[in-house]
Amino acid sequence: MTAALIRVEDLAKDYPTAAGPYPALHGVNLEIGAGEFVAIMGPSGSGKSTFMNLLGCLDAPTRGRYWLAGQDVARLPTDALAQIRNRQLGFVFQGFNLLQRSSVADNVALPLVYARVARAQRRIRARELLAQVGLERYAESLPSRISGGQQQRVAIARALVNRPRVVLADEPTGNLDSHTSEEIMALFARLNRDQGITLVLVTHEPDIAAWAGRVIRFHDGALAEDRRQLPRPVSSLSLSPESPRPAREQVA
Amino acid sequence: MIGPMLAEALQALASNRMRTFLTTLGMVIGVGAVIVMLAVGSGAQRSIRESISAMGSNLFIVLAGSASSGGVRLGGGNAATLTLADAEAIDEQPSVRATAPLVYGSAQLVHGAYNWGTQVYGTTPGYLEVRNWGLLAGTMFGDSDVRSAGRVAVIGTTVAAQLFGAEDPVGGTLRINGSPYTVLGLLAPKGQSFDGRDQDDTVLVPITTAQRKLFGSSFRGSLRMIMVQSVAADAMAQTELEVTSLLLERHRIGPGQAPDFSMRNLTAVAETAAATARIMSLLLGAIASISLIVGGIGIMNIMLVSVTERTREIGIRVAIGARPQDVRLQFLLESVALALLGGAVGVLLGVIGSELIRRLADIPVEVSGGSVLLAFAVSASVGVFFGWYPARKAARLQPIEALRHH
Ligand SMILES: Nc1ncnc2c1ncn2[C@@H]1O[C@H](COP(=O)(O)OP(=O)(O)O)[C@@H](O)[C@H]1O
Ligand SMILES: [Mg+2]
Repeated sequence: MTAALIRVEDLAKDYPTAAGPYPALHGVNLEIGAGEFVAIMGPSGSGKSTFMNLLGCLDAPTRGRYWLAGQDVARLPTDALAQIRNRQLGFVFQGFNLLQRSSVADNVALPLVYARVARAQRRIRARELLAQVGLERYAESLPSRISGGQQQRVAIARALVNRPRVVLADEPTGNLDSHTSEEIMALFARLNRDQGITLVLVTHEPDIAAWAGRVIRFHDGALAEDRRQLPRPVSSLSLSPESPRPAREQVA
Repeated sequence: MIGPMLAEALQALASNRMRTFLTTLGMVIGVGAVIVMLAVGSGAQRSIRESISAMGSNLFIVLAGSASSGGVRLGGGNAATLTLADAEAIDEQPSVRATAPLVYGSAQLVHGAYNWGTQVYGTTPGYLEVRNWGLLAGTMFGDSDVRSAGRVAVIGTTVAAQLFGAEDPVGGTLRINGSPYTVLGLLAPKGQSFDGRDQDDTVLVPITTAQRKLFGSSFRGSLRMIMVQSVAADAMAQTELEVTSLLLERHRIGPGQAPDFSMRNLTAVAETAAATARIMSLLLGAIASISLIVGGIGIMNIMLVSVTERTREIGIRVAIGARPQDVRLQFLLESVALALLGGAVGVLLGVIGSELIRRLADIPVEVSGGSVLLAFAVSASVGVFFGWYPARKAARLQPIEALRHH
């Protein structure tokens, strides 16, 4: 067996509640290889976010083990987890989660601040990433000045800035209209295809899941389905700095 | 790390100007009050220090008459018990550097159309040495003037201004109680004494002239006091012992008898005044610094609000790799920046306030560089101290709970 990038064994999470511990995740076993594009689906409350938070080292499992790139990360000290989140993982959230007071470029560069990268390099790298998502011209804007889809592209640039192994996205298109969702998904698919970035993405929508090569379905805190599929082909759609808004027919 | 965090801290403060202003107000008032209090205190100390060095150092005065005699308290200098011979004998003592016998009284001065009433001091040339006093122009009268009881005078700048105006007083003539005196010299200005008298409002004449011609009836051959200067600060006790036993012996006062003179350590009196001023200023500063605590609590309060408001922001930062210490540092920087901002404005207001007090109330005021440095150091400490708890609270937030906030 080739070493998986992500490997979890009997991963479980109980939430403490007034009525005692609530099992949100019951012992999940799963492997995800480098370069995969995985969509996680399932009804609301089925444990998708709980699972993502564990993969993202934002929360500690109640039980089970988790190896990320061969390293056992289920029970690491706080600072080591911070470093893993900073260097190995990138997050994209449903609500974008940009810092409203900081410029677009500063938002993108923020992970580099915590990685102690020098100012000059931070600027160069942030510009590079903004160019990749086609938002170079908004570098000095505040997030509130750009559209939701543009904000999510800034968040994607921020997730990628420190060259992570995995990007975790929990319902990244949940707040976007279908046209903008298409744009974002095309960007993800292109990053996966061209740069080999491993993607784990939660969605309710089959249209969104269609972009992935593998679909995992949760039900009541357990794995209900794990199937591979032919992903929807990535078109010639481009997000060059010159044409930040792709033409409609390219993604239709 | 500090660079971008500091930039963000300032950004956060700038984004809510009204709140920043109100929060720093406590620090502004506290620091301003401390600066003013310390300035007033050190101004008072400085003027006392100047008076002490103007008075002359390591000084005693020996006063004629005992402090109490036969159950009746007498003011010093009232009995005719000290003589020039006593002064000369004291001058011979090993620990005595210089002496100046003194008689004095008020007199009316006239020059041309100008009149001025002041104290006239009869003394010897050694007086200037004892008082650490120099001349602006002319010369001091000499021993020959003392021997011959010459009608010569050396005058202070206040007297010169009152009687001679812009005219050069040296070589001029003034009348003291009707008799003409030649002005030999003009004393260097000395300013106020530590008890507030104008020391330049004075006239010096030879002791013999004062005794025989000016105050003849009241001071036949006797002195009001003798100023004695010790050779060094650590010889003061020695001097006191030598002078006391010498005078007891010369005046044939046996053990158990009340002495007919008293001796006072002027330097000690002045130093007590300086110490009192220092304690006062520290006390005022301490009272003013209570408002710094109030300012610090204001900062803590607003930082706690800020941590709560920015819980989600903290969650985002932690999710992308901030360590607890990074979060703590960020909030600490913000509270220190807040405190320093208040401190800086407070220093500015304090300096302006001190200057206003100096001009309007005519009190000696001195804003020292030390008190400004102290104000900044204290402000930074207040920021760290009162920012610590909110910063720790921020650093301890669990990322997943912080992200769920709102
Ligand atoms: N902090 C929590 N405390 C208690 N119960 C929780 C908490 N977070 C989630 N849950 C519960 O755990 C289950 C799974 O939640 P979640 O992982 O958010 O589901 P999904 O993302 O699939 O909608 C749900 O029933 C939810 O109510
Ligand atoms: Mg969810």
